[in-house]
Amino acid sequence: MGEFKVHRVRFFDYMPSAIRAMAYNSRTERLAVARADGSVEIFNFSDNYFQEKVIPGRDGRAVEALCWVGQRLFSAGLNGEITEYDLENLKPQYVIEAYGGPIWTISCNNQGTHLAVGCEDGTVKLFEILKEKIQFQRNLDRQKNRIISLSWHPSGAQIAAGMMDMIRIFDTETGRATHRLLVERGIGASRSREVVVWSVAFLSDNTIISGDSAGKVQIWDGLMGTLVRTHLVTKWDVLALAVSQDESSFIAGTSQGTVVQFQFLSSTVDRQDRDHEWVSTRTFKNHSHDVRALALTDTAVVSGGMDTQLVVHPLLDKVEKYTHEAAQRKIAFPHRSLVGCAKKAGLLLFQFPDHLELWRLGESDGNGKPGDSLTVKRKPEKLLQLKRKGDDHICCSALSPCGGWLVYSTVSSVRLYKLQHNNNNVSVNKISKLPKELRSVHQLCFSADSSKLFAASSQSSVVVVSLNQLECKYVQTLRHKSDSRQPIHLLYPSEDGKWLAAANTDCQIHVYNLHKMKLHCSVPVYSSCPTAVAIHPATNNLISVHADQQIFEFSLQQKEYTEWSRKLQKQGLHGLWLKRDTPVTSVGFNPKNPTHIVLNDTFMLCIIDQSLPLPESSTILYNQMTLRSLPAPERTRQSHAFKICKNFQHLLSVSLLDDLSLVVVERPLLDVMSQLPPPIRQKKFAT
Amino acid sequence: MAALYEGYTLCGLVPDQNLSSSGIQGIEEERDGDHVVVTDSARSVTLYKVSDQKLLGSWTVKQGQTLTCSAVFNSQTKEYMAVSDNKVIRIWKEEDIQLDKAFKATVSSDIWMVHCVHGGEPVVLFKRGAVRLLDSLLAAPQQPIEEVLNQEENIRWSTTIVAETQQFVIFTTEQKGDHFLHLQRLNPNTLQRYRLEREEPGVSPLSFSASYRDKHIHLLYLYPNGHVYQSVVSVQLLVVEEGAQALPLPRSLLLGLPVGDGLLEAASAMVLDEAHVAVVGVPHPSAGAGKDFLCIWNTNFQTLQAGKEMAGKIYGQLWSFSNKLFIPHGKILSIIPFECPKSSLASALGKLRQAKTEECKVPASVPSWNNILHGEKAQPSRTVETRKTRTTRKTQSTPSLTIDQVLDLIKMAPVEEVQKEVEGFLSRADLQDLQPSVGQLASTLVSRSLNDPAFYSPSTLAQLVHTQCLCHSVCPDLVLLALEKKDYFLCQLCLQFFPDIPEAVTCACLKAFISVPDVDAEKARLEPDSISFMETLISRECGQVDLQNGFSPTSCEEDCSEDVRGHQTRTEAKKKTSAPPEQICPVGLHKAVLLNEILQTAHSDSFLLPHLKDLSSQHVVLFLQYLQFLYLKYSQDDSLQMHGCRSPSLAQVMDWVCLLLDAHFTVLVMTPEAKGLLLNLHSFVRSQVRLVSELGKIEFSLQELKKMKVKKDVGQYSIEVIELF
Repeated sequence: MGEFKVHRVRFFDYMPSAIRAMAYNSRTERLAVARADGSVEIFNFSDNYFQEKVIPGRDGRAVEALCWVGQRLFSAGLNGEITEYDLENLKPQYVIEAYGGPIWTISCNNQGTHLAVGCEDGTVKLFEILKEKIQFQRNLDRQKNRIISLSWHPSGAQIAAGMMDMIRIFDTETGRATHRLLVERGIGASRSREVVVWSVAFLSDNTIISGDSAGKVQIWDGLMGTLVRTHLVTKWDVLALAVSQDESSFIAGTSQGTVVQFQFLSSTVDRQDRDHEWVSTRTFKNHSHDVRALALTDTAVVSGGMDTQLVVHPLLDKVEKYTHEAAQRKIAFPHRSLVGCAKKAGLLLFQFPDHLELWRLGESDGNGKPGDSLTVKRKPEKLLQLKRKGDDHICCSALSPCGGWLVYSTVSSVRLYKLQHNNNNVSVNKISKLPKELRSVHQLCFSADSSKLFAASSQSSVVVVSLNQLECKYVQTLRHKSDSRQPIHLLYPSEDGKWLAAANTDCQIHVYNLHKMKLHCSVPVYSSCPTAVAIHPATNNLISVHADQQIFEFSLQQKEYTEWSRKLQKQGLHGLWLKRDTPVTSVGFNPKNPTHIVLNDTFMLCIIDQSLPLPESSTILYNQMTLRSLPAPERTRQSHAFKICKNFQHLLSVSLLDDLSLVVVERPLLDVMSQLPPPIRQKKFAT
Repeated sequence: MAALYEGYTLCGLVPDQNLSSSGIQGIEEERDGDHVVVTDSARSVTLYKVSDQKLLGSWTVKQGQTLTCSAVFNSQTKEYMAVSDNKVIRIWKEEDIQLDKAFKATVSSDIWMVHCVHGGEPVVLFKRGAVRLLDSLLAAPQQPIEEVLNQEENIRWSTTIVAETQQFVIFTTEQKGDHFLHLQRLNPNTLQRYRLEREEPGVSPLSFSASYRDKHIHLLYLYPNGHVYQSVVSVQLLVVEEGAQALPLPRSLLLGLPVGDGLLEAASAMVLDEAHVAVVGVPHPSAGAGKDFLCIWNTNFQTLQAGKEMAGKIYGQLWSFSNKLFIPHGKILSIIPFECPKSSLASALGKLRQAKTEECKVPASVPSWNNILHGEKAQPSRTVETRKTRTTRKTQSTPSLTIDQVLDLIKMAPVEEVQKEVEGFLSRADLQDLQPSVGQLASTLVSRSLNDPAFYSPSTLAQLVHTQCLCHSVCPDLVLLALEKKDYFLCQLCLQFFPDIPEAVTCACLKAFISVPDVDAEKARLEPDSISFMETLISRECGQVDLQNGFSPTSCEEDCSEDVRGHQTRTEAKKKTSAPPEQICPVGLHKAVLLNEILQTAHSDSFLLPHLKDLSSQHVVLFLQYLQFLYLKYSQDDSLQMHGCRSPSLAQVMDWVCLLLDAHFTVLVMTPEAKGLLLNLHSFVRSQVRLVSELGKIEFSLQELKKMKVKKDVGQYSIEVIELF
């Protein structure tokens, strides 16, 4: 098959942001996750937990709580604003000031008619949800202390509010506080500190569950206002609670990194409904730091916190064993590439929320045997660090293949730069006049000859801009014919400049003819979202890889799936391939060998040789080690199409340069972990 | 752990100008521990009541005269004695006001010191080493006094000790840098002279302290380099010719105290009890170089047990009477109450949680009303205790009793009351403060039970053991008491919770357990957990025939039937397999539970072995059969060991099998009924050997795997070559 020179890059200091809040929409099976930098991510749980959408953050916007109302997503934060998001254009739709100081929590009633927010000044504010906007309705009885957490009774008639040292129950009709539940402080030194009720949950049987900073999970009778049970879960804080849809179990997340599950079980063996009680049943320890946000789906515990990872831990009593669902998922990296690569120039572009870094790869002396590390003749060099303008975080960026253009976009603006390389210096010129069509953009790429810039714009359209020396001109907006308005998350122009493939989160892939500037065809819609698309430079076949790990090859000439694709579908992909839990984030091709397709996910890089037989379900998928030990003739007999290399882990990007060397960008999880703040000190032996 | 409590001042001092001496010549005990006579270095003698810090009397010699030795009190005649101007003995009573008018006698030679101990006669030690009983001296005051010491030999320190009936005067002398110990026995008078080993040249002992225990006199002396030595002298009469050379006195280094920079100047070490030494004028090891500390060291464990900083200059003087240390420092004489409870290794190492020292209980607290009311009332009303008195008492006793009161109660009160009060005390006390008191409670209870056969309170003892604050060394008689009373539950608890049961006691338990009839054992109430474990073990079907640990019970059975019972017919062998004798527990359920407890105790083979030899051969065979049963059960089903509750491990079972065989192999070989057993055990060993050899085979492969796993460190950037096939 062949040798590759690999540039192993570990100097991309990508640092994910801590998870702050979470909201799960069980109807659409979407999970919204808010991070500390203000960004919001949408994961599709029905499609292999694929990260469909990312709404970039903004300086000064700290999202403290998230809330779904039907398909609409609201957030509130310590800046005192309530935000509704535009999920089609991936930006805040509008922002409303609540005038109550920092907002700690937001909660919607079951009927979907009202939003309640808890404010620093001690008020619970009710907002009426209208079409396209929300309107302030009234304040409930003002309290002396800040409102930290809120939960509506499913009937909508009452709200429980967690505060400092107490929980209040409000009647939403009258706005009066009807009960006051005093929460005991911690013992010992923490007795003097007021206890914070970080989270409350109001169940339909009028049970109130609270989690507080003294480490207690308490069960209250909401009718009588009495304490029923106290479970001391941790020595530190219980930060988050989540209740299952059927109210038969709930989970509590602690700052120790554990998630404790409680179930409503009968205490005696003979099952009588009367003596059911909440019993602590399981403890999951999937985090090293505070668990700040939780969601309980029908089948899994979803948790996230300071350690930035989203963990989906299936409840084994709810899923079938040995299925795809039964595996635990840790989502540590974004499902899209933050690395741009100029294949001709050997440059790398790293995208951070607040800046871009441009690096030139190093060079090595001569050649070496497989397994060797070559001596680095020239070290990699940071050519440029470009700080973004404004408060909005960078949402996408691109580097032209020749290395001469650089573009990035925030939700409000696009900035295009011309780069000039002379010897070791880079001069940057900003292109000042950009066509007004280039405004709200969520994906960018350059054509192979660097003469055009493609930008995914609102309503699934693609704006085409032509570039020449110091000038840029609007050419056309490409639109497809279907009524999907979902954002385009993938763009791929063909090598010959004739085709452009655009995939959106409605799972559609449209191919435009750039010569005619119109839609060429649409690939039949597959049920799973494409995670990477590419057009083969020689055959003009479109390769698409989907969140469920399926691979399709679609001929643009014939407008049909190719023979190889059909064969693959008929035979089915190998079981181990389907079991991988991170999506393929890039597809590339070998210019010297047209049968080779280069793919990667977080944990492997794979070269598919279309000329070789596909692996049967009984053959070994990861067979590189075996092949190495075999003599050459035997090797050809045993080899199959999927050449998987697992030497490199935690891959953020893999690209094949024009000189046939691979560039792998790794971000070891240990490096990420080492940059986290220290976790809660826990006493181990002799420390 | 020893503790120093908050001190208080007895009196002020008048130290001399350059603060070189404290102004106190000596302190002697008066009629009881609470009264002391303080002699200052000039002219006066003062009597104090210590607990009241009160002056009771004071006597002064005339201007121009000085007291040259500290006054002592003769408790038999209730007279005080002192010496003025080296030669005048003065004797007076408490009523005497004017010392000049009291009895005086002038002797012919200079007196070093008058000594008097409780129960002993006053003894006069002359400066030249002669010793006279006071009575005989006063009969003829001008009698000639012989010179015992050599020309340049001078007394440095002296004391007197009563050992059983024999009285000794002990004094040390110095002659040209050599130090000698003189042991003067009275009636009959003999003198032994020992030479102290030389420390570094020019260094002489700073202080001496002598104590008597176990028929030996223990002399403790401190050198300026911080070394504390102990020499032990037998009080047995040694036949030595008069005028013989001084015997060398063997010594052992007891403590090496930290001295900081330079040598100690004014310091003193004093024996408190067999394990504790009080040291003054030596720096605290963790508090820099300041030497003004009073410390208690444990000599057994070489640990500092308590320390206290004393304000002002330390003069290197220290006295101790009835658990109080008297120490002059600065311009006051302070009294520091102390406590040296018996320490166990466990508490010294901090294995058991050590309580912070409880509040000082000296000076004796005002007797509580509770105690007076309740203590006097409870006793007489016991016989006719009506419901009413009981309720009134209950209301009275709700205010908690102190530990001392509970201890008193244990010594006298009936079982039920003791139970109630101890339970009450335990439930009240914070577990952290409990540790010292639990030990006291337990040992008092045990000694009462030992002395009074009718008194035994199993539930109280069980409760005390359950606190996990006890260990065997704190209360060594507890296990044996439980065995004696056939309280198997308590035995089980002790075996479970005591970390330090000696092998002899373990073996005694084993012997008792194995010889107890099954009927008796079944009556005992035991820990439910351990019983349930044994129940599951016994009830487990013996039908499973899977191969575990490379050992299959059936194959063993086959081995046996072929090897041992080769002559038996096949049908017989078959019958055996259906109900193999090894699969039936050879002892009853409760007995097995108790034996399991033995198997789990910590022990060391070499200490256990001699005690195991005492077992009779029937017992050994029975125990081995039981161990075999356990082994078979375990090898059938390894899930048994993960049962969660306390259960002996397979390794423990094997250990005990080996130990028993080691101890009794010759006997067993000769015992016909043990033959089958030994053959079975032999097959176990064979299967274990087989297992180990199988493991050995894969060891190499595992090592290779380990070598492969070496990961090289990758930097920020590297260019590598990979090959895909």
